[in-house]
Amino acid sequence: MSFGARSRNLVAMTDFALPSVSANRPQPPFWRRSLHGSELAWAIAFVLPYLAVFAVFVLYPMGYGLWMGKDPTLYAELVDDPNYWKALVNTLVFVGVAVNVKMLAALLLSGFFMRKRLWIKGLLVLYILPWTLPAVPAYLSFHWMFVSQQGLLDTLLQAVFGIEGPLWFNSHWLALTCNMASYVWKWMPLWTLILLAGRMAIPEELYEAAKVDGAGPVDLFFRITVPLLTNLYLISTLISTIWTVSDFTVTQFVSDGGPAMSTGVLATLGISYALDRAQPYLGVAAGLSILPVMIPIVIMLMRKLRSSEVQL
Amino acid sequence: MSVAALPGRASPGRRPNYRLRKVLVEVGSALLGLVILVWSLIPVYNMVFIALDPNGFDESAGVLWPGHATLDAFIGLWTGEVDDVEFFWQQFGNSAYIGLIVMVLTVLVGSFASFAVSRLRLAREWMLNDIALLTYIIPSSTLVIPFYRIMNQYGLMDNPWAVIGCEVAFATPYAILVLQQAGKLIPLELDDAARIDGASVWQVYLKIYVPLMAPALAAVGTYALLFAWNDYLYQYLFLTSNHHATLAVGLEQIFDDDDSPYNYLMAMSVVYSIPPIAIFYALRRYMASGLTGGGVKG
Repeated sequence: MSFGARSRNLVAMTDFALPSVSANRPQPPFWRRSLHGSELAWAIAFVLPYLAVFAVFVLYPMGYGLWMGKDPTLYAELVDDPNYWKALVNTLVFVGVAVNVKMLAALLLSGFFMRKRLWIKGLLVLYILPWTLPAVPAYLSFHWMFVSQQGLLDTLLQAVFGIEGPLWFNSHWLALTCNMASYVWKWMPLWTLILLAGRMAIPEELYEAAKVDGAGPVDLFFRITVPLLTNLYLISTLISTIWTVSDFTVTQFVSDGGPAMSTGVLATLGISYALDRAQPYLGVAAGLSILPVMIPIVIMLMRKLRSSEVQL
Repeated sequence: MSVAALPGRASPGRRPNYRLRKVLVEVGSALLGLVILVWSLIPVYNMVFIALDPNGFDESAGVLWPGHATLDAFIGLWTGEVDDVEFFWQQFGNSAYIGLIVMVLTVLVGSFASFAVSRLRLAREWMLNDIALLTYIIPSSTLVIPFYRIMNQYGLMDNPWAVIGCEVAFATPYAILVLQQAGKLIPLELDDAARIDGASVWQVYLKIYVPLMAPALAAVGTYALLFAWNDYLYQYLFLTSNHHATLAVGLEQIFDDDDSPYNYLMAMSVVYSIPPIAIFYALRRYMASGLTGGGVKG
């Protein structure tokens, strides 16, 4: 039995199953469409507030920032600073590991939360709590759990398992792991919710039909859930990557960059250049040096969102 | 024949280990549920536990529950009679002011733009998406440095609106992406029919777009509120006076002070956490479908 071919058909079927009527209609390019008179005036009036916000609060500071970071000697100075390399490696490790662990766990947990049990629905309510908790208090709480061997975490380890917990902030990798764990704790619920909504939108009939054909749970996951969620998962991962690169709060509050500034990321390093060393230009340059990563991600996002419009 | 009836009929007879597997699945999900519960609640417990401690030093006393749990810290916050926390309510109000305005402005600005482009067909949808995504190219933690100089130049330092403007600018792109996806599920024919019946553009926005988009708008509003509530960097750098500082800044100031009363700090944290939690759970049933909208196939 070629289940592969069948599931492709089923995927194509959902194109009709989802109410995407309007997007299918071919539209002429906007400059040839006859939007004129008061209609055009209304449309422009509606879009103007955002364009104003964008010009004043995005374009202007971006131009200013690029101007501040235009001097090549700044980058030579960065290359000579061992702290910069540490921060760059930490940023890449943080983003590479924490974002993917979080997204993968969110994907699997969203399947768990699909189960139709009352207690699981109740658990979901508690599970979302970390996302609604403000970042500063949450990370301060983590800080105190990790910071001393008398803290809650090591005390719990002692009480439940009888083991002596480590000094979490004494080693670079352990401290970085603490930062990443706190970050995953805070942000996993949001992405679980998004992937859960994505799973709920997959028609139940697809699974029923596949089960009739003898598909097991693994087949269902890899041949229905994964293909239908791939786009959402990729878009979510890209957006989350961007947000994580600019996350200043988690490193600042959980490990405070310690031990000995070894867990700093580019976000904290840039601010510390600008404030502690009064070198704002160097701070901007540190942030701009991640552009070779950010630009491809933004372009991929643009293309993903554009092509999905065609697909819908 | 009903498809839904099939698994129930076929399973027990065909697979002898069906029952065993079912039990294993239940035990497995109960264990996973327990892990999720502990994982989600321990940091919250830690927060409450320190807040209830009378001395504020049990966070490093190696105990799991304060010896003499007391609500003193919360009462102290309420009466404001403690030195370190005299600005608490002022800062709480500032946080709420900034958070609510960011929430309202993000919903308005984002929905206006999305409405103009995808409903009034001002431009192709990807154009607005691309403009919004441009915001993400330079990390916001870097942009704060040029912003700092700009705000100084225009005399906007220590002005809540400097923070509000930046936060709206950074929250709106995601809002637009969500709204654009959700809007695809509402047929354009509805708008056309209303226009033929003589509705003005504004009426189409108010009577068709807003009600049908309510879940997505609730999701976007919650997101924007949490965005402002989570922010520390912009508020810390721009709001320099005690009069305008927010709680995120106030918490950090107490944290930095070496002999600060940690029980008060955590009591403040608990109170600070209540509004976003309340608003989220109040709006939750509206936003069940709103976070992704049409994003499934997207």
